[in-house]
Amino acid sequence: MGFSGKFSGWRVLKEGLTGNKGWTAHWRDPEPKREYDVVIVGGGGHGLATAYYLAKEHGLRNIAVLEKGYIGGGNVGRNTTIVRANYYLPGNSEFYSHSLKLWEGMEQDLNYNAMMSQRGILNVFHNDGQRDAAVRRANSIINQGDDAEILYRDQLKKLVPFLNYDNNRFPIMGALLQRRAGTARHDAVAWGFARGADQYGVDLIQNCEVTGIDVEGGKVTGVQTARGPIKAKKVALAAAGRSGQVAAMAGLTLPIESHVLQAFVSEGLKPVIDHVITFAAGHLYISQSDKGGLVFGGNLDFYSSYAARGNLPTQEHVMEAITAMVPAVTKARLLRSWGGIMDMTPDGSPIIDTTPIDGLYLNAGWCYGGFKATPASGDCFAHLIATGRPHEAATRFKLDRFRSGYGLMDEEGTGAQHNLH
Amino acid sequence: MRITCPLCGARDHREFTYKGAALPVPALDSGVAEWDAHVHLRENPAGPHEELWQHAMGCGAWLKVRRNTVSHEILAVELAQDAGLVIKEDRS
Ligand SMILES: Cc1cc2nc3c(=O)[nH]c(=O)nc-3n(C[C@H](O)[C@H](O)[C@H](O)COP(=O)(O)OP(=O)(O)OC[C@H]3O[C@@H](n4cnc5c(N)ncnc54)[C@H](O)[C@@H]3O)c2cc1C
Ligand SMILES: [Zn+2]
Repeated sequence: MGFSGKFSGWRVLKEGLTGNKGWTAHWRDPEPKREYDVVIVGGGGHGLATAYYLAKEHGLRNIAVLEKGYIGGGNVGRNTTIVRANYYLPGNSEFYSHSLKLWEGMEQDLNYNAMMSQRGILNVFHNDGQRDAAVRRANSIINQGDDAEILYRDQLKKLVPFLNYDNNRFPIMGALLQRRAGTARHDAVAWGFARGADQYGVDLIQNCEVTGIDVEGGKVTGVQTARGPIKAKKVALAAAGRSGQVAAMAGLTLPIESHVLQAFVSEGLKPVIDHVITFAAGHLYISQSDKGGLVFGGNLDFYSSYAARGNLPTQEHVMEAITAMVPAVTKARLLRSWGGIMDMTPDGSPIIDTTPIDGLYLNAGWCYGGFKATPASGDCFAHLIATGRPHEAATRFKLDRFRSGYGLMDEEGTGAQHNLH
Repeated sequence: MRITCPLCGARDHREFTYKGAALPVPALDSGVAEWDAHVHLRENPAGPHEELWQHAMGCGAWLKVRRNTVSHEILAVELAQDAGLVIKEDRS
C-alpha cells in the first residue's frame, strides 16, 4: 500500500494524538513487470536518486530499481554521513557544488526529513605545506561560488577548544571551514528518494539480485534476476562496491578495485562536538550524531576486499589517531564498528558515463565520498540516461580518462593506484 | 590476517604493504591497450585473488599472495620473483 498524503508538523501532531495509527508503508512492494523502459541495478542512494530524477525531471514512468537486498542496506546506510562541497579540481568542484545545492532543497523537494544539518566542516591542517594547500583549496571553492574560510590557531581554538593543539608530530595550525557543509541522516536519504520515486510510479523491487545482463548485437536487451528475466530498453548500473562484478556480467572490465572502509561509533554522549572535524594528519574525521554517538573513521584497510568488515590494525590505527587529536575521546566507550565495500578508481574520482554497450550506462567509482554525491549523482545519471548527453555538472566523469590520461581528477596527487585515494 | 613470508615465516599483516593485483608486466614496447589494462583495469574478483604484497617491515621481499577477498583467508604465498612477475628487459 503506497503512502498517500504528505508529512507535516500538523500530521505528526494529529497522529501523535490518535495513537499513530494512520501511518502506512512509505512505498509499495510490487511484483516485477516483464519489461521496463529503464532498469536500474542497485537500490542504494545513487540508484534511488537516479530513479527519482528520471521520473521527476524527464517524465519517465516505466522504471524499476532492482535491489539484491533491502533498500538502505548498502553503503547508503553504512557511511558516516558527511556532506560537503570542498573539492579542488575541475570536474569534482562543479559537481559537488551542484550536489550541495540539491541537498539544501532536498527535504522540501522530497517532503521528507533527512535531518540535513549544515553544522560546518573543519579540515584541520598541521604544517605550512598543508596550510598552503588549504588556502589554495579555499580559493578554488570560492571561485566555484561556494563558501570557504581559513581559521588560524587562535580562531579555531575559540570554536573547538577540545582538540590537542600541541601534539608533537601533528600540532594544529588552523583549519579550512566550510559552513554550509554538514551531515544528514543517511538511511532517511535512501527512504526519502525511495518514497519520492515510488510516488511517481517507479517499481522498487527488493530481494532481486541481478545475475546476468543480456546483450544482443552490442545492445542491451534486459537482465536476468533472482526473480526471473526482465526486459529493458536501458540498463543503468549503480551497484557501488559491486560495480566490477555487475559490469562483468556485460563483459566489461572496469578500472575499479573494491576495498573495505571501516567506521566507528561511541556510546551516546551529551552534545560536545558541534562540527564535522577532519585532520590532515591522516584520513581521519569525527562528528557527533543526533543520538549523541561520536562517529569517526580513518583510512581504508588498504587491501582489496568484499567483506563488509575490516581488520584490527586499521581499528587500532584509527583509535590511536583520534585519541591523539581529540584526547577527550579516550573517556568514551566504543559502541560498535563496521565496514563497507568501496569501488576505488585509479584517480579516486567517480564515473558517470555511457559504456561500449548500447543502452548500458555506468555510475560507479564513488570511493568513500559518494554519500555527499547522492542527489547530484542521481540528477546527472538520470540526465545522461534520458538525453544521451552528460549533465553540465558531470562532463568529466569519463570512463576512458584512465586510458587516455586526459582529465584525471587525482585530488591528493597519489598516482594511479586504486587503494591510495 | 597473517601472511607467511617464504623467507621470514608467519607474520602479522601490519608488516606488509599491499600493492594491488599481481599482473604480469607487459613488454616495455606494448601498446596503450596493454598498459591501460595493466595499470587500471581489474578483474576485481569476490573470492580468490592474486595480489602483490611487500614484506616492507621485514625482509623487504615482494610476494605474490593468493587471498580470498571475501573471507580474507590467505591461500598461498610465493616470492614474486619465482612467479615471473618481473619486467622483461629488451636485450636485443
Ligand atoms: C564506513 C563508510 C563511511 C563513509 N563515509 C562517507 C561520508 O562521510 N561521506 C560521503 O560522502 N561518503 C561516505 N562513504 C561512501 C558512500 O557511502 C558511498 O560512496 C555511497 O553510499 C555509494 O553509493 P550508494 O549509496 O548508491 O551505494 P549502496 O547503498 O551500496 O548501493 C548499491 C546497492 O547495489 C546493490 N547491488 C549490488 N550488486 C547487486 C546486484 N547484482 N543486483 C542488485 N543489486 C545489487 C547493493 O545491495 C546495494 O544496496 C562512506 C562509506 C563507508 C563504507
Ligand atoms: Zn619476509
